[in-house]
Amino acid sequence: MQHYSGFGLLKHSLTHHENWQRVWRNPTPKKKYDVIIVGGGGHGLATAYYLAKEFGVTNVAVIEKGFLGGGNTARNTTIVRSNYLWDEAAHLYEHAMQLWEGLSQELNYNVMFSQRGCMNLGHTLQDMRDIERRVNANRLNGIDGEVLDAKQVQEIVPVLDCSDSARYPVMGASWQPRAGVARHDAVAWGYARGADAHGVDLIQQTEVEDLIIEDGTVVGVRTDRYGEIRADRVGCVVAGNSGVMAKKAGFKLPLESHPLQALVSEPIKPVLDTVVMSNHVHGYASQSDKGDLVIGAGIDGYNGYGQRGSYTTIEHTIQAIVEMFPVFSRVRMNRQWGGIVDTCPDACPIISETPVKNLFFNCGWGTGGFKATPGSGHVFAASLAKGEMHELAKPFSMFRFHNGALVDEHGAAGVAH
Amino acid sequence: MFHIYCPHCGEYREEEEFHARGEAHIARPLDPDACSDEEWGDFLYFRKNPRGIHHELWIHAAGCRKFFNVTRNTQTYEIKEVYKIGEMPSVVAE
Ligand SMILES: Cc1cc2nc3c(=O)[nH]c(=O)nc-3n(C[C@H](O)[C@H](O)[C@H](O)COP(=O)(O)OP(=O)(O)OC[C@H]3O[C@@H](n4cnc5c(N)ncnc54)[C@H](O)[C@@H]3O)c2cc1C
Ligand SMILES: [Zn+2]
Repeated sequence: MQHYSGFGLLKHSLTHHENWQRVWRNPTPKKKYDVIIVGGGGHGLATAYYLAKEFGVTNVAVIEKGFLGGGNTARNTTIVRSNYLWDEAAHLYEHAMQLWEGLSQELNYNVMFSQRGCMNLGHTLQDMRDIERRVNANRLNGIDGEVLDAKQVQEIVPVLDCSDSARYPVMGASWQPRAGVARHDAVAWGYARGADAHGVDLIQQTEVEDLIIEDGTVVGVRTDRYGEIRADRVGCVVAGNSGVMAKKAGFKLPLESHPLQALVSEPIKPVLDTVVMSNHVHGYASQSDKGDLVIGAGIDGYNGYGQRGSYTTIEHTIQAIVEMFPVFSRVRMNRQWGGIVDTCPDACPIISETPVKNLFFNCGWGTGGFKATPGSGHVFAASLAKGEMHELAKPFSMFRFHNGALVDEHGAAGVAH
Repeated sequence: MFHIYCPHCGEYREEEEFHARGEAHIARPLDPDACSDEEWGDFLYFRKNPRGIHHELWIHAAGCRKFFNVTRNTQTYEIKEVYKIGEMPSVVAE
């Protein structure tokens, strides 16, 4: 792998940047792998990277039906935070946060991780009680957090309407200074490049049509382009398609797929240097380094696999944004898109063994899995390498929906679903 | 934007007046005490999530406030039919 550095940039400028090495190979798959990862999103690529780099399992293929990182990873609003309420979830997201903090160095790839802070606004007394509870829980877990009053909120975000005349006046907020945003595409590309350098085969434009199961054990996958490819273990990381894949393997997952959409505005001068979310009026916004406002809100109320999202949701989203930031009312929106998120009844992911031996699933991240990408990949890789779930992953077993050990994170999930 | 026919009001109204309430035809176990954890978990949390025909419960929330069922394709978003609670669909999911 070619090392990226300032000196390299200078050197390549002498040859007009025409001699850069390809970022990853485009190999023909082998007949058999130790591990096959289905799904080349951020989570699948991170899993492959850590499998090879940290756990020494290098005979690995990632099979992606489209292009790498082209799923929800490319469609999300890039918010990274770890201020979840329950210990199980807080530990998992904080594990990811710590990996984020060194990720650009680790991958020798600039993922543009920017710890600009994240604010969850409270507009009612109940909001404020929930915020206090969550911030206290976070601090007990060693996760940074503060409760701000309306005046402090106004100081950090002058562009926010904190006046008493707002329809839902801002009473305060939770504030996680270490939270922020990261460049979503770069995360996928950085992991892909790292995995490739450690020998992982990244197989694109290839759909896994079926899982090959013999005597209750998975032994490989059937693809549209290369037929059967065998493996000792298979990890499915296919986000919105997880329910469909589980059905092929003969079991059910408690997931419902919904479109979640986002919008970006035309680029404007810097006005917002943090992430502002409101569960109550239900919208959130940040400003990208390029200047566009990145805006999102809730899922469509009904199940759907259409990657576009509905008009009514856009209207509600924009209402919320204008409620919070009246000054944005005349900003033009440039683009809108949708991704298909797999929502779980307790708003937590599933990182789990399955009824099929050697088959593992990592899914159900719903509206908030991007922030977990490094942590999700790391614990899933550990589980696939050892054939036994990582300690941090154990609470997220798919069997919790039958034994009742749910981790209810609806309050901290940030987007209603 | 859906235009949904409310079988109670007898006319088409805009999506905004309705709320989707998830999968239709979910029967509560008749004898909950006799349920295994698996059966109870299935009832509470496991929903069909088809890429295709789906039977759903909707409520005309900002209209007559009554529930009814919708058969809809989750991929094309086409509404195949609308029918009242207690009735059975004529377009059936696999
Ligand atoms: C609009 C929007 C905004 C969001 N905002 C945030 C946010 O601000 N912060 C946050 O933390 N999270 C956010 N999320 C959620 C986040 O994007 C996801 O949780 C995360 O990207 C999931 O990563 P993944 O790698 O599991 O899935 P994906 O990136 O979707 O990857 C799954 C891959 O599997 C592939 N695949 C599917 N089926 C097959 C098959 N049969 N064979 C081969 N390949 C297959 C797909 O093509 C896809 O590339 C948002 C999501 C959306 C849609
Ligand atoms: Zn009606």
